[in-house]
Amino acid sequence: MLIADRLIAAAIMAMSAYFMWHAMVLPIGWNGMTGGPGGGAFPFWLSAIMFVCAGAILVRSLRGKSDYAGDFFDPDTLRAVVTVVIALVVTIALIPWVGSYIALPLFLFWYLKIFGKHSWALTLSIIIGTPLFLFFFFEVTLKILLPKGLTEPFFVPLYAMFF
Amino acid sequence: MELIGHMMDGFATSLSPLNLMIVVLGVTAGLFIGAMPGLGSVNGVAIVLPLTFIVPPSSAIILLAAIYYGAMYGGAVSSILLGIPGASTAVATTFDGRPMAQQGKAGLALIAAAVASFVGGTISVILFTLFAAPLADIALQFGPPEEFALVLLAFTTFVGLGGDDVLKTIIMICLGLALSTVGLDLISGQPRLIFFDQPGFYSGISFLVLAIGAYGVGEILYTIETSKSAPQVTPARLTFRELGHGLKEMNRLWKTMSFGSLIGFFVGMLPAAGATPAALMAYGLAKVTSKNSDQFGKGAIEGVAAPETANNAASTGSLLPMLTLGIPGSPTTALLLGGMVMWGLVPGPMLFIEQPDFVWGLISSLYTANFAAVLVNLALIPVFVWALRMPFTVLCALVLILCIVGGYAPSQKMHDVWLIVGFGVGGYLLRKADYPMAPLVLALVLGPLMEKSFRQTLIAEQGNILAFIERPLSATFIAISAIFFLLPLLKYARGLTRSKATA
Repeated sequence: MLIADRLIAAAIMAMSAYFMWHAMVLPIGWNGMTGGPGGGAFPFWLSAIMFVCAGAILVRSLRGKSDYAGDFFDPDTLRAVVTVVIALVVTIALIPWVGSYIALPLFLFWYLKIFGKHSWALTLSIIIGTPLFLFFFFEVTLKILLPKGLTEPFFVPLYAMFF
Repeated sequence: MELIGHMMDGFATSLSPLNLMIVVLGVTAGLFIGAMPGLGSVNGVAIVLPLTFIVPPSSAIILLAAIYYGAMYGGAVSSILLGIPGASTAVATTFDGRPMAQQGKAGLALIAAAVASFVGGTISVILFTLFAAPLADIALQFGPPEEFALVLLAFTTFVGLGGDDVLKTIIMICLGLALSTVGLDLISGQPRLIFFDQPGFYSGISFLVLAIGAYGVGEILYTIETSKSAPQVTPARLTFRELGHGLKEMNRLWKTMSFGSLIGFFVGMLPAAGATPAALMAYGLAKVTSKNSDQFGKGAIEGVAAPETANNAASTGSLLPMLTLGIPGSPTTALLLGGMVMWGLVPGPMLFIEQPDFVWGLISSLYTANFAAVLVNLALIPVFVWALRMPFTVLCALVLILCIVGGYAPSQKMHDVWLIVGFGVGGYLLRKADYPMAPLVLALVLGPLMEKSFRQTLIAEQGNILAFIERPLSATFIAISAIFFLLPLLKYARGLTRSKATA
């Protein structure tokens, strides 16, 4: 827990520094001509406060005044969370390429059948039901087209039918 | 009376078939979302917001408000039947709701929770109706300095009253504000904070992306960890005889429920406090003032009634500053505010003048939402018992799909979907390390207003920073903010002197 606390504080410090570096593109000081701060001032000084606070947390934790006990992660949790995050990332990376109507059912199949160990009946009904709902709700009703990637040609007859 | 006229007009809007249907739909969805362990009103509103494009803007807000209400009712269901709070706001309901269920009185506990929620909701909506117009009138005098001071006040309540680690709270506020500056500078129009030269950042970071990330994906990751073992659902049967008995029992509890409503309403108005502390306070007060306080924690019906009135009253209370001042009183209302801005309805006093139909329609729909929620809640209790048996893996998979598609739908950019995953993982880690989420979401929503009012004031006053304390109202707000900000310092200093004295 202590190590995680320090790592997160250090990561926030790094992120603040990165924000500050970005904000310096615009004037960060007081603009005498118009009155008031320049365009970069808000993000710069807010990130500076963040940097100082995260630094204080780091110092506090290094001086051992933190009252945390126990592990940040237990191995089981970590494995479950990491696999779900990887599955999500793979799914989202697949969406522009093979389209939502292949990537999302694949994700559902993985999550329900392999990760959740559910029955075929339940898995298949959700895998078939979800894309149908998405198509009729988003594409037909709201006219929001989801990315289709390679599968675009297969939807042309459907478009002709519903639009 | 002007107010009665407004309310009549409002009911004409909210009782239209479309809006009535929307309210029933909203509270039903809210009840289910609230009843699912881990998912509360804020998750529900975040996940459902992108789906509300299907109805006109004013109805969409009514739908979201109905979900908010329904989720507050629903939170009690899993507190009682599973012993796991359906949302953090229903934590106090487990103290006595769970023992009641274990004694075979689950039905009675559910009736008590529903009736108490209804009483809390109704009393607070009446208070809301009375306070809304006068508060909006005061807010009409606000200029940029007052707006800035008020936003500052909202943030300092987190520092002074939030109860979380002060340093971590400040970090989350600053992070939210800094993220809100991404995109184009409000005054000069120059691009800033375009990370990695990604063109997606030019349009800024939508509050919706952060909300779906932190409260959708992040919450699911959090649930994966806490829900490894399948919980035991206590069966609940509900007969009309039991309903009659329950109503008779509740009739004795008017004092508890009135106190709970008042506490809830006023605590709920504070951005840093809200429904969870309000419910705990009401529980504490009911225990102290009750004649049979030794029964508390062992299945006292007052112990269910008090927190449930308070958390519903608090959800109404947090709507008041959102609608009249444009400062949300809770993360959920922050999302409502973001949604309203997205649809071109800017909350605040001008809304009462420019869109009275919408404002009073929304207020009156809170009354209909309350009625609908209590009826749907009692009618669907057998369905909840069944739905709570749904395995977590099914729920998680479906919510994640909704997060991906719902995050893509509003602006149709994969960039936003990637950000959602980033915020989800980041939010999950930060939450595990005890960084509070509420100030982050509020800061992202209020950030543009804060920066704009600050810089507008200084430009108008030729850079005179004293402008903020030269006007009485803004000076008052700044003074109160300073007190809130100094509170933790004072506590720290007192702790130091005390530890020196004992050493």
